[in-house]
Amino acid sequence: MSLSRREFLQMLAVASAAGFNLAGCARDANSGTGSSMYDFEAFGNVSLLHFTDCHAQLLPIYFREPNINIGIGGARGKAPHLVGEHLLKAFGIKPGTPEAHAFTYLDFVEASRKYGKVGGFAHLATLIKKVQGARPGRTLLLDSGDTWQGSATALWTRGKDMVGATNLLGVDVMTGHWEFTYKDSETISNIKDFKGEFVAQNVFVKDEAAFDYQFADFPGFNENTMRAFKPYTIKVVNGVRVAIIGQAFPYTPIANPKFNIPSWTFGIRDSEMQSVVDEIRAKEKPGAVVVISHNGMDVDLKMASRVSGVDAVLGGHTHDAVPGAIPVKNKGGTTLVINSGSNGKFLSVLDLDVKGGKVRDFRFKLVPVFANMLEPDPEMASYIEKVRAPYKPKLDEVLAVNEGVLYRRGNFNGTFDQLILDAMVEVRGADLAFSPGFRWGTSILPGDAITMDRVMDQTAITYPKSTVNEMTGEQIKIVLEDIADNLFNVDPYYQQGGDMVRVGELKYAINPNAKMGSRISNMELKGKPIDANKKYKVAGWASINEQPDELPDIWDVVAEYCRNKKTINIKEANVPVIKGLNNNPGVAKA
Amino acid sequence: MNTMKRRTFLKGTLASGVIVAAAGAGLLRPSEVLASEYPAGAFGQKGLDETMKALFGTSDVTKSDKIKFINPPIQAENAAVVPITIETSLKADTIAIMVTKNPGTLAASLDLTSSSLGYFKTRIKMAGTSDVHAVVKSGGKLYSNDVVIKVTVGGCGG
Repeated sequence: MSLSRREFLQMLAVASAAGFNLAGCARDANSGTGSSMYDFEAFGNVSLLHFTDCHAQLLPIYFREPNINIGIGGARGKAPHLVGEHLLKAFGIKPGTPEAHAFTYLDFVEASRKYGKVGGFAHLATLIKKVQGARPGRTLLLDSGDTWQGSATALWTRGKDMVGATNLLGVDVMTGHWEFTYKDSETISNIKDFKGEFVAQNVFVKDEAAFDYQFADFPGFNENTMRAFKPYTIKVVNGVRVAIIGQAFPYTPIANPKFNIPSWTFGIRDSEMQSVVDEIRAKEKPGAVVVISHNGMDVDLKMASRVSGVDAVLGGHTHDAVPGAIPVKNKGGTTLVINSGSNGKFLSVLDLDVKGGKVRDFRFKLVPVFANMLEPDPEMASYIEKVRAPYKPKLDEVLAVNEGVLYRRGNFNGTFDQLILDAMVEVRGADLAFSPGFRWGTSILPGDAITMDRVMDQTAITYPKSTVNEMTGEQIKIVLEDIADNLFNVDPYYQQGGDMVRVGELKYAINPNAKMGSRISNMELKGKPIDANKKYKVAGWASINEQPDELPDIWDVVAEYCRNKKTINIKEANVPVIKGLNNNPGVAKA
Repeated sequence: MNTMKRRTFLKGTLASGVIVAAAGAGLLRPSEVLASEYPAGAFGQKGLDETMKALFGTSDVTKSDKIKFINPPIQAENAAVVPITIETSLKADTIAIMVTKNPGTLAASLDLTSSSLGYFKTRIKMAGTSDVHAVVKSGGKLYSNDVVIKVTVGGCGG
């Protein structure tokens, strides 16, 4: 079932008449009081349009927001660590509205049927043109990365389909993370084909690679600073000089394979960020200084408190769809931190009033992209059809029918992870399984088909080998503790921005507030406690170390399992027992 | 030297090994390169206090912000080669790097000549997440500063 656009608009009219505030996320009186969420008033003289982490989703999809997104320490109970009703309450969003559906997991299946799919580049293109039309000659389109990875076609074209799509969309400036999971030469080639600018202040050529650096001729490389890419660019918009600094994902060579990018070193490097900001303020006479960031929101918030002179951080990585701009105080004043969700589901619109070299006021709205409410842009639609055409038979293969709801996002196992884990345990013959805590991956509604396209949404990476290794109980605990610390370390700079590793068969309890090494307890397999000295067969995938070619790819393992089962019905995800949180507003029952 | 591009300098030094090239360029006198004895005992020690005693004869140390780690990694990209850069405005006779959680705590010890500036860059191996200490001997006294560097199994990034 899906509503036509006309039916949907009629329904909205009824809802409006009934007194619902459809533009519930508008935080000021000047915008969003119209009948359509896309007719909000323009403000100021410079507007930054921003999306992030689209993960190469060219077509509209479903994407369920998390019901577990725990904030600990200073992050407890604050955006982005609010789920469901807590989030609606914090941002004044009325339950039962399209916005409530866009920003939360609440009534996911029913609301998805009611409001239809989200995102899609042809629909996003229409929305961008509409927003630009209301702000003629004064917009920039910014992308915080994770654009070239996440779909079958992105993987099979080595990111080129997305380079083409963002060129058509008119992205002015971007930075990256999964962009660096292709071979370095492919990343460089994609950046050369990208018509906008690629910026990253925190990627340097290692000393040991400097001797005969293979990309010494790449125009973004600076031999004096040893930065591999341009740290920032200046765009003149409506007569205002806007500086855009790039911050790539600081832990790319740790969270993803470093063998593809042996010459480059990353890091948060906030003191270098400060130097870049100071240099821009001193030399470039900017009206506004902004950062496009792939730090993840918790790191953005901390960085904004330590670096001064930045007007706004437009971020991504942790896939947090936060309906407001969060002001962060620092010694230079206030920096706004914005995170714009994922999977093409949202477009941020930051209207700035810039005068006399200063940002005086702003309006912000994170706009959901509802495919049923936006006509697809014909040029983008035909481009998408063209890039997908050669792969269509493979993508459209129906592997199984899905009876439950499949999703990934959340701090612990989602139901789609459960499918991948069940497949690994059965097809590869293992005692238990690990699956990475990626935050991308689309959702499937009950009754819809599991196609190869959807399986690739969950698995399309450049290091896809399915592995089986022997591990002792002690080693299993070390892995869980290590990854839990990357998620729950009280200092965001020691986190990595992924979710907890997903586990198949293994049961455990976790206390996120505990110290590294003592968060995990009660590990059990089939009702028996895990023995620290016993060896277990552990299936996994996405190892960041090089694996033998002859191992199967994870998507083939999942596809084989689905073909054999014909029907998939996952009722519940294997979520650990969570201890010691006491009504944390980042946790709700699924 | 200051006007030479960093990469050009590295090319020159890497061509035949840093110490040899630096000595050849007159930056170090050959006699100074091997001037001090290898502190074998200190390198075998476990624990911060024991290591300082073995290396300096005392573990009486004062924390000092005149010792700085320059852009230390917060999380190591490769635990086998963690880049460490130390700068100090103290008049340093020795700069030592100690990793508390390593099986042998002392990772490096550098004796400086009287005309040297307190700047030292190297790579160390780390067995796991640990605090890393820079200990400077200056005017017969010990000063230190430290950072925590995380070593992780990796994988699983957003």
